[in-house]
Amino acid sequence: MAEHITVPTVAQLVSAGEVPEILFWVGCSGSFDDRAKKITKAIVRILHHAGVKYAVLGAEETCTGDPAKRAGNEFLFQMQAMQNIMVLNGYEIKKIVTGCPHCFNILKNEYPELGGNYEVMHHTQLINDLIKEGKLAIKGGESFKGRRITFHDPCYLGRANDVYEAPREALQALDAELVEMRRCKQKGLCCGAGGAQMFKEAEPGNKEVNVERTEDALEVKPNVIATGCPFCNTMMTDGVKNFEKEDSVEVKDVAELIAEAADLLPS
Amino acid sequence: MIAQIAFVLVFAAGIFLFARRVREIRRNISIGQAVDRTDRKNERWRTMTMVALGQSKMVARPIAGFLHLLVYVGFVLINIEVLEIVLDGITGHHRLFASFGGGVYDALIGAFEILAALVLIACVVFLIRRNVINIRRFRMKEMDGWPKSDANIILVAEVLLMFALLSMNACDALLQGKVAELMAAGQEIPEALSHYIEAGSFPVSSMLQPLYAGMDVDGLIMTERFMWWFHIIGILAFLVYVPYSKHFHIIMAFPNTWYSKLEPKGQMTNMEAVTNEVKLMLDPSADPYAAPPADAAPVKFGAKDVQDLTWKQLFDSYTCTECGRCSSECPANQTGKLLSPRKIMMDTRDRLEEVGKNIQSDGSIKDDGKSLLRDYISEEELWACTTCNACTEACPVNIDPVSIILDLRRHLIMEESKSPESITSMFNNVENNGAPWAFPAADRGKWIEELNA
Ligand code: SF4
Ligand code: SF4
Repeated sequence: MAEHITVPTVAQLVSAGEVPEILFWVGCSGSFDDRAKKITKAIVRILHHAGVKYAVLGAEETCTGDPAKRAGNEFLFQMQAMQNIMVLNGYEIKKIVTGCPHCFNILKNEYPELGGNYEVMHHTQLINDLIKEGKLAIKGGESFKGRRITFHDPCYLGRANDVYEAPREALQALDAELVEMRRCKQKGLCCGAGGAQMFKEAEPGNKEVNVERTEDALEVKPNVIATGCPFCNTMMTDGVKNFEKEDSVEVKDVAELIAEAADLLPS
Repeated sequence: MIAQIAFVLVFAAGIFLFARRVREIRRNISIGQAVDRTDRKNERWRTMTMVALGQSKMVARPIAGFLHLLVYVGFVLINIEVLEIVLDGITGHHRLFASFGGGVYDALIGAFEILAALVLIACVVFLIRRNVINIRRFRMKEMDGWPKSDANIILVAEVLLMFALLSMNACDALLQGKVAELMAAGQEIPEALSHYIEAGSFPVSSMLQPLYAGMDVDGLIMTERFMWWFHIIGILAFLVYVPYSKHFHIIMAFPNTWYSKLEPKGQMTNMEAVTNEVKLMLDPSADPYAAPPADAAPVKFGAKDVQDLTWKQLFDSYTCTECGRCSSECPANQTGKLLSPRKIMMDTRDRLEEVGKNIQSDGSIKDDGKSLLRDYISEEELWACTTCNACTEACPVNIDPVSIILDLRRHLIMEESKSPESITSMFNNVENNGAPWAFPAADRGKWIEELNA
């Protein structure tokens, strides 16, 4: 049975004289998108359960500027970045975990030059560490017995930052069969959402990128397509619907699968 | 003697034309913007050793990778033999290295022959792959015309050069045989034959010997000399041709990988000019009326034409081998969109060549009413990129087409305020609500309330 959780904001912690060990950067998608909010909640439940001293910025968080930057609006990006850096540095944040590879990449790689230096982790890396440290026990892993899971590498986690193993290792904790798509890791195919594509119509072509990618996934006959990015999640979900496979194939974030296996989700 | 003079002249002309073209390319690349790529030297040497020398990214496609390796090793090693041929041309002494080479020399010549044969076979397979088998990346639109001929010209040239080399050896060996016969019979060796001392081993060209065995001594000498001249002039012609062709990668690949982007692939440059302006805007103590110095060049944001790109992006364009691995991995390209990262690189080079010709005739960059953006690369192509970096991952010589795409987008947005409508509203949302969607910022914490619901 899932417990009642109160999510601390950094402001609350600080006014109580405490500092968060780790800031959970929720991201715009994780804050506003109904599907992505479920991932956010799963991450929070994991953090809480593992006893991580975390906090979120709440209303003080604002877009990292990733979609603006990749679309070419460097002004808007830097405005966003400077604002965020002022807030983060004001609270003396040292360590950040994000639920979105785009936030992860930009905070880790593009903020330092503008004065924002943090240790940044993707949530699958943190989850993997927690499992390894024994802080997150997955008792109910058997519920995945006999299920086939395939992991779709998010470009901004994999190719962009060479994180390939953490999400896979985390998934190993489940008693499921991990199957790789023909194109995976360095050769993984984009879901079609990056570079601000999420916010516009695709250019004319003969297919949508997410459909092409979902084909790759369906080829290995999975029960679950595991994702590590809210945008990939949306794209793959749409792709599965396109093939009318939503009854037999689930699209779930690594955090959701782990939280489910650890029996942390409200039923 | 006449032959030696003729050789030196032809050789000098080849070197001169090559050097002139290299200077031209240098000049073209140097119109690019400054960027420092000389840090982390150890890592740079390591990258170059792995990627260019060790071909580590070629093997991602095993068949092409293996064949390419043959041609590459063949090219490098056979050049040792070419050195001897050049010295032969200058001094008039045949098989110069044989006198102090002994058994090693025989083994080397034999090894070169085997390599030459392998190169020949690889080139034939390449020709078949390009022209007979339907491989998508060789058939994309941007390969029509010159790029396709360029690839074929070089492959055919290599086949001919290798054939000439082997034929030369075949005749040589036959002539060596004649000399040996005469010596055995105790006869004097005529001057014309004194060249052909016994040296080398000919595991491959011996199979060609029947082709020439019927010839008399004069015919053999003529054929041997013809093949010799054909081979060396061919090589010099190759030298002059290469810097006009995508095959310039055989040289450019080395410095280009040395100057690779070493940052994570996802990291994109933060524009310094923008940082300065944003700092001014956010700093309440800054003097809003502080004018930039009058002689300061107006800051341009992003790239509209080749001179707005960095020299490294221009360097990339001359290194591109047009192999199309980038485009065949590109999600936009695979789903039938106009974008092809290879075309981005080819367009950049073609436009740079055009600008270079203007500089040649005018001494400085003149406005010819054209630009890389639109005359070469359309907005539609630019907007199709997901910045997924599949292209940079696939490129065997570490080229970065995404950075060019981004810089062109930056020009569109920051200089022309031109973006697809939905992108404009995304910008507005980020600016006004702090999120790419039109949700009020106050709702950011709503999920917290829902958590225990
Ligand atoms: S980064 Fe852009 S150009 Fe490169 S492969 Fe991805 S979509 Fe294609
Ligand atoms: S950019 Fe690289 S991968 Fe693409 S065609 Fe040129 S050399 Fe090949």
